Amino acid sequence: MTVSDEDLALAAAGGDRQAFSSLLDRHYDKLFGLAFRLTGQQAEAEDLTQDICAALAAKLRNYRGDARFSTWLYRVTVNAAHDRRRRRATYMKASDGWGDWEVNRQAAMSETAAQTDWLQRAMNSLSDDLRDTLALVLDDVTHKDAADILGVSEGTVSWRISEAKKRLRALKQEEEQV
Amino acid sequence: MTDDLNDLKSALNAATPAPDPATRAAHLRLAEENFDNLQETAKAARPTPNRLIKGVQMMFKGLTTKGALTLTTAVIAVGIVVITPFGRDLLSQNDELGSEVVSEEVIGSSTSKAATAAPVVDEPAQAINPSIRTQGRNDQVFVEDTPEPNLGTKPEPVAPISAPEVKQAPAETQNMVHALEAPQEEAPAETPIAANQQGDGLQIPGSAGMGLIDGYSIEPDNINEEYFADSDVNLEFEIGEVDRSFEYDSSRQQALDVVIPKEPGPSAEVANTEAFSETTPNALKITSQAPVSTFSIDVDTAAYSVVRSSLMAGRMPPKDAVRIEEMINYFPYDYAAPEGTEPFQPTVQIGTSPWNEDKKLVHIAFQGAQITERPPMNLVFLIDTSGSMNAANKLPLLKQSFRLMLSELQPEDEVSIVTYAGSAGQVLEPTPASDRNAILSALDNLSAGGSTAGQAGLQQAYSVAETMAAEGEVTRVILATDGDFNVGISNPDTLKDYIADKRETGVYLSVLGFGRGNLDDATMQALAQNGNGQAAYIDTLSEAQKVLVDQLSGALFSIANDVKIQIEFNPAAVAEYRLIGYETRALRREDFNNDKVDAGEIGAGHSVTAIYEVTPVGSPAILNDPLRYQQVSETADTDELGFLKLRYKAPGSDTSQLIQTPLTQSDPLDNEALFAAAISGFAQLLRGEDSYLGDWGYDQAIALANSARGDDPFGYRSEAVKLMRLAKSLDQR
Repeated sequence: MTVSDEDLALAAAGGDRQAFSSLLDRHYDKLFGLAFRLTGQQAEAEDLTQDICAALAAKLRNYRGDARFSTWLYRVTVNAAHDRRRRRATYMKASDGWGDWEVNRQAAMSETAAQTDWLQRAMNSLSDDLRDTLALVLDDVTHKDAADILGVSEGTVSWRISEAKKRLRALKQEEEQV
Repeated sequence: MTDDLNDLKSALNAATPAPDPATRAAHLRLAEENFDNLQETAKAARPTPNRLIKGVQMMFKGLTTKGALTLTTAVIAVGIVVITPFGRDLLSQNDELGSEVVSEEVIGSSTSKAATAAPVVDEPAQAINPSIRTQGRNDQVFVEDTPEPNLGTKPEPVAPISAPEVKQAPAETQNMVHALEAPQEEAPAETPIAANQQGDGLQIPGSAGMGLIDGYSIEPDNINEEYFADSDVNLEFEIGEVDRSFEYDSSRQQALDVVIPKEPGPSAEVANTEAFSETTPNALKITSQAPVSTFSIDVDTAAYSVVRSSLMAGRMPPKDAVRIEEMINYFPYDYAAPEGTEPFQPTVQIGTSPWNEDKKLVHIAFQGAQITERPPMNLVFLIDTSGSMNAANKLPLLKQSFRLMLSELQPEDEVSIVTYAGSAGQVLEPTPASDRNAILSALDNLSAGGSTAGQAGLQQAYSVAETMAAEGEVTRVILATDGDFNVGISNPDTLKDYIADKRETGVYLSVLGFGRGNLDDATMQALAQNGNGQAAYIDTLSEAQKVLVDQLSGALFSIANDVKIQIEFNPAAVAEYRLIGYETRALRREDFNNDKVDAGEIGAGHSVTAIYEVTPVGSPAILNDPLRYQQVSETADTDELGFLKLRYKAPGSDTSQLIQTPLTQSDPLDNEALFAAAISGFAQLLRGEDSYLGDWGYDQAIALANSARGDDPFGYRSEAVKLMRLAKSLDQR
């Protein structure tokens, strides 16, 4: 019996400050989680989250309640992540998020290496598109919603997921052979 | 999902760190600040945005690969002109002509526009290392600047330029690049020259030239607006190592709607100016040490409305906003009505406490008499019209509420309207309520806005009220505000004294609160308390209906003043007791018999409920051990739990009358009392004072309230159950 996100969002769009605060409070952790999955780096994720938080009030004015708020917020997050990536690319910073992350993680904690190594390799082996799609789907977003968020067809999402699975399977086989 | 994905999912979940609390708080604060800024800018009428900038932005948006290509070609053209002998000849000729003439003739309009935009451009020029990379398809031309030594960047004497002729004349290249380094001044002049000289077939569209020039000034704004949008502009401006969207210097930030505080200091704290009186809950008292409990009754209902407005918005209410007695007294109860000429009828019930079967609840209720005929009323509406009232749930709701109320007034009643802050003074002369049109049009003309006029709104309202007062009439000022008490007297104590003085002259004050955000609940309550009035918080039109229509006579016409209650508990029967609520209404024991001491009023038809939780002697629930050296009271009469004394003044009288009745073991609690108990439990849960409640929680409160709902003709009790369910969900987080 809580107030729905959509109602809060509409109230916030109409200028209700407390609705805005509690809405963001409700979603911040999820937002940060997705930001981390999309970027693979805590600092990057924090920056991305900050960007979104800063612009959210203005963005929210365009929210019309036609999509679920969580879906809408995912879309905002994914777009912001794309935007950051595009800007980063121009800085010739070749280091990929997950690559950086790998270096840091390996330095910091070698004991959990077995598990996380696999994760890094898995995520690194995927293209941005596949990784974004996977981040959403692994966050329990349905294929339909993911398609909506990414602006592609549902078939594309399913294809990307199966593609990602293929890569992962291949990766696993490689590992087993070694 | 396959095992692969499941593995990945769990690994990813494990790897995802929790957000850093400090960063999280900073981000939330930032978002809220931007939200506030946005509201502020939205409030003011927005002038048409700078059309020049907008037009230039449009052009920049239109600058696609094609434009960039043309631009690149133009740059090469400049190179050719500068380097080849033929070009040099032309150039020297041109120098003689004077470049100003050319620039004015050819791109007169664009230079003037660039000049207008120049102030914006200046700043980033210092921070920007302007290397411009234009990517064409066929001609891979990279023009990079050879920076001035004092810029402190890596010296790269020769710019890699693919055209072989260019390499032979690096000096000229530098010249040309210089032009690009300070694009806002020289580039507009240079580029058109090239076009002009080359003439045949090489046309530079004005938009391309301007895009380059103004790109510097527009880009940051552009990022802001288009932040998440896909943009297909292929021109990339590299600005040193600076993350240009958010790391600009402070002067740049003025141009951004979005403000990024570099370090969120205390100034970034959220300015929520709501104030609720802080109270510590009434402590458990030991009867043998403090047998007497004294308090003033309270018929305010504001707390319940505030709680409802919070819960309905999906938040737990601030703990101090929950005043238990106001929650209980919000509801109409079906208590026994007084007979004869008595103004009210006390009812006492004693039964097992719902949350502890070893304790008892003493439920004391007063039902005020309904009046069939009331004397004429003179009402002065003192209405806050400051800018902050300009929200849907403030002034517009207030107007609607008063319209509702108007239908309840009798023809001989008189109404006057005084405003403070913003629009000035008396907006409606005392007008008989029968002249509805005049009153309605005066109400409609009220508008919020402007700064505080700082006039003595309250004094004016009272002086108007005094002119209206007549023998046998009731006069009352009704203050309607969202918390701005800038009524002409700034010192709260002086304000209270002033209102108390006026109370002596027979003019009372009621306070209606509207909206949330800077609701000063504490002051509201204090003023109404001193003005012999009621404080109500109106969050919806249905609440207005309840306060101003259904219970209007109770709100405006009191039947008993200065109602005080004193209970002496019998130490032989009661070991410990606790008054639930009434923290802000406590009186000293000696105040009870002092008629000078002010207390609460009971309006016509009001019902007032007070609940004690008592622990009988011998109960296993006694928390305090008996003391060894205290005299143990001899076993006296244990039929009486205590003795209730009540003092009240008839309206217009200065001396109080006393009503006394013993608290005897009586019938078990009826539905009305049980519902009140459920609400008191709910309020204690909301306040987080559940230490006395044990395992009793929202579920039990809901069950109890449901079972005791009764007829509930207005639906208030069903609504309370709804709120309990809401609070249950919200409190789990």
